[in-house]
Amino acid sequence: MIADNNTADQQQNGGKGEPLLPILDQPSTRRTALKVAGAALGLAAFGKAFSPLMVIPENVSVDEFLQQHYKELTDEDKKKVFARLEAETREDYGADVTISDPRPIPGVRFGYGINVSKCNGNGKCMEACNKENNHHRGVDQSYIRVLEMSKGSMDMEQGSTTYDHTVPQEDKFYMPVQCQQCDNPPCVSACPIEATWQEDDGIVVVDYNWCIGCRYCEAACPYHARRFNWELPEIPADEVNPEQGYLSNRIRPQGVMEKCHFCLHRTREGRAPACQEACPTGARVFGDLNDPDSDINYVLKNKRVFVLKEELGTKPNFFYFFDS
Amino acid sequence: MQKMSSAATTAETTNDALHAVRSYPGFLLWGLGQATNGGLGFYVWMFMLTAISLVGANAWANQVADGMIVTNMTDHVSWGLYIANFTFCVGLAAGGVMMVIPAYLYDDEEMHKVVIVGEVVAIAAIVMCTLSVLVDLGRPDRFWHLIPVIGRVNWPVSMLTWDVIVLNGYLLINLHIVGYLLYMRYLGRKPNPAWYVPFVFLSIIWAISIHTVTAFLYCGLGGRPFWNTALLAPRFLASAFVSGPAFIILVMRILRMTTGYAAPPGPARTLIQIIRVAMSINLIMLASELFTLFYTGGAHAASARYLFFGSHGHYGLVPWIWTAIACNLVGTALFFMPEALERGRVRIAACVLCIVGIWIEKGMGLIIPGFIPSTLHEIVEYSPSLTEWKVTAGIWAFGILLLTVFLKLIATVFTAEMIAGSALPASD
Repeated sequence: MIADNNTADQQQNGGKGEPLLPILDQPSTRRTALKVAGAALGLAAFGKAFSPLMVIPENVSVDEFLQQHYKELTDEDKKKVFARLEAETREDYGADVTISDPRPIPGVRFGYGINVSKCNGNGKCMEACNKENNHHRGVDQSYIRVLEMSKGSMDMEQGSTTYDHTVPQEDKFYMPVQCQQCDNPPCVSACPIEATWQEDDGIVVVDYNWCIGCRYCEAACPYHARRFNWELPEIPADEVNPEQGYLSNRIRPQGVMEKCHFCLHRTREGRAPACQEACPTGARVFGDLNDPDSDINYVLKNKRVFVLKEELGTKPNFFYFFDS
Repeated sequence: MQKMSSAATTAETTNDALHAVRSYPGFLLWGLGQATNGGLGFYVWMFMLTAISLVGANAWANQVADGMIVTNMTDHVSWGLYIANFTFCVGLAAGGVMMVIPAYLYDDEEMHKVVIVGEVVAIAAIVMCTLSVLVDLGRPDRFWHLIPVIGRVNWPVSMLTWDVIVLNGYLLINLHIVGYLLYMRYLGRKPNPAWYVPFVFLSIIWAISIHTVTAFLYCGLGGRPFWNTALLAPRFLASAFVSGPAFIILVMRILRMTTGYAAPPGPARTLIQIIRVAMSINLIMLASELFTLFYTGGAHAASARYLFFGSHGHYGLVPWIWTAIACNLVGTALFFMPEALERGRVRIAACVLCIVGIWIEKGMGLIIPGFIPSTLHEIVEYSPSLTEWKVTAGIWAFGILLLTVFLKLIATVFTAEMIAGSALPASD
C-alpha cells in the first residue's frame, strides 16, 4: 500500500519534470506535456501583462533608484544629484534650470499672517504660486485654496473654494488656506519613511526623491495642504521657473507628494514668498517670529489673532487676524 | 529519535520511508508539483484565477506607467478602493485566529484538525494586504525605502511603519507554523511542540495586533473626525471575527464539494457561535457610534450624514452603506437561526451576506467617508475607476489562487498520511 502510493507520487513528481522538480527522473506523461505548455503560455502572458512596467528602467536611472535620503547625502552627492536633475529637466522639459539648496538661516523661524479684513478673494496668490512653483499646468494647481465664507459664520462647511463670480461679494469674506507649517505636524508623524520633516526655520519640506507616494500624510493633514502628483507635471518650456530649490519648487516627479514650503528658495535668501509679493490687497504678512521687530510679530502683539483648528494641537505657524 | 530538537537534524537522521524527498526545499518543490495536479475542473478554476490575476497585473502596470491619474482618487479623496480592500483583508487575516484560539487555548480536538485552514487563509489574506498597499503606492519602485535598515523607517512614530512591520511579522509566523506542521506530517513524524506552540501563541496576540494597528492608522488622525474614534479598533476586531470565520466556513464548504474532505461538524458550529457573539457586539458598537454622531450632530457628523443620507446634493455612498446594513442585519438574523448550525443554505447565505456587508462597512463605508467632506469641508465624491476594479479583482484572484495551492498541498499531505496508516480522517 505504502509502496504503491510512493510509486504514484514518484510518477507524478517525475511527471512534473523539467525545471520545477529535478529530484526524480521519470518518463514524461501527457499531463506533463500539458503542464509545461500551460506554464509556457502562462509565462508569456505574465510577461505581456507586466510589460508596461518597462517604463521604470527607462525613466528611473540606476543613480536615481539608489539615491539615499536627503539627510544622508554629502555635499558631493548633492552636487551630482542636482546636476542629474538639471540635465533631466533639460531633456524632458527643454528648459535650462539651476537647482540649489538654500539652508535655513540660523536663528530664524518663519511665520505667516493673513489679514482676513483685507483679503478680497481675488486669487492672485494662487496664480503666483502656480507660476513660481512649477505646478502642473494641466490643472490649476497651487498650494493655496481660498475659501469664500459667509459673514456671520466661521464654519467652513458654509464656505466654498470654487466660486467664480466677481469679488468681493457683499455678504462674504475670504480666507486663504495653505500649509500651516505646524510645530506639531501630523503629516510628519504619519510618514512611514521620514520623507517629510520640519526644518529649523519651521518649514515642513518633502524629499521628492525619497517619497513613495503612499499619501498617508495627505490623509493626516487637517488643512488640505498636501498635494499628490497623480501624473507627470506638464509645463511649457518658456513657463518653467528656472530658479529652483531641491526641497521646494523644482519640477516634481510623478507619484510623489508636494506641499507649500513658504517659497524657501526665496525666503531663505531674504525675499518675500511669491504669494505675498503677488497679493494686491496687502493682506499677507510674512516674517521672522524670532525677530521682535518683524511685521509678523507686530501682528501677533497688536491684533486679534487666531489659528485654524487650534483644538487639534497642531501648533500652526500660520495666523489669521482682523483689522481693528 | 522522533523527538529531536532540530527539524533539520531530524530530517536527516530519521529513516521512516514515507517519502523519498527529505529536505525542506525538496518538500516545497514536491508540494508545488502536487498542488498543481488535478482534474479538469481544477485546471479551469486555476486558469480563470490566473487570467484574472494577470488582467489585474496589467492594469496595475499601466497605472505605474501613466500615473495614478488612471484611478478616480483625487487630492480630496486620496485613498480609495485599494485601501478599503486592504482594511477588509487585514480583518480576514486576523479572523483566522478564531480557529487557533479554540484549538490551542481550549484544546478543542476537532478544531485542532482543521485549524490549518484558518492559518492558510491568514497567509493568503496577508499577501492580499501587502499587494493592496503596493498598488496604492505612487512610487512602487521605491518600495525598498520601507525596509528597515536599508531604507529609513519612521519608527515608532508612524502607524504605517508599525503596520508594515506587524503584517510582515504575521505572515512569517504563519508561514513558519504551517510550513513546519505540514513538513512534519509529510515526513510522517509527530511535530515537536517546542518548534511551533510558542509561535502559535505569539500568532494569537499578533493577530489582534495587526487589526488594532490598522485601526490606529485611521483613528490616530485628529484631522479626520469620522475616523477619530476610540471605538474603531474594537469595531475592526469584532467585524474581523465575523468575516474571518465566515470566510473559513465557506472555504471548508468548497473543500467538501470539490475534494470530498468532510471536516467534523464541531469546528463550524464553534465558528458560528463566535460569529453570533462577534456580530452582535459589532452591531451594538455601530449603533453606539451612530447614536453619538447623529444625536450630537454638528460638524463631527458631517461624514456620517453624507454616508447615510447624502449631503448638499451628493449621494454617492448612500446605496453602498444601506446595502451593507441590510446584508449585516439579514446575515446576523440568519446566523441566529438554528438551521445555521447545520450544513445547508441558511449557513452559506448568512456567511455570504455578512462577508459582503462587512467588506462594504469597513471599506467603501469607512475609508471613503473619512475624506468626504474634505478637511476644508469641500465635497468631492469618489467611485472606483475600471483600473481600480481590475487591480482589486486581480489581487483577490491571486489571493484565492494562493489559497487553492495551499489547500491542495494540505489535502495531499493529509491524504498521503492517511494512506500511510495514520488516523486522520480524510478522503479524496
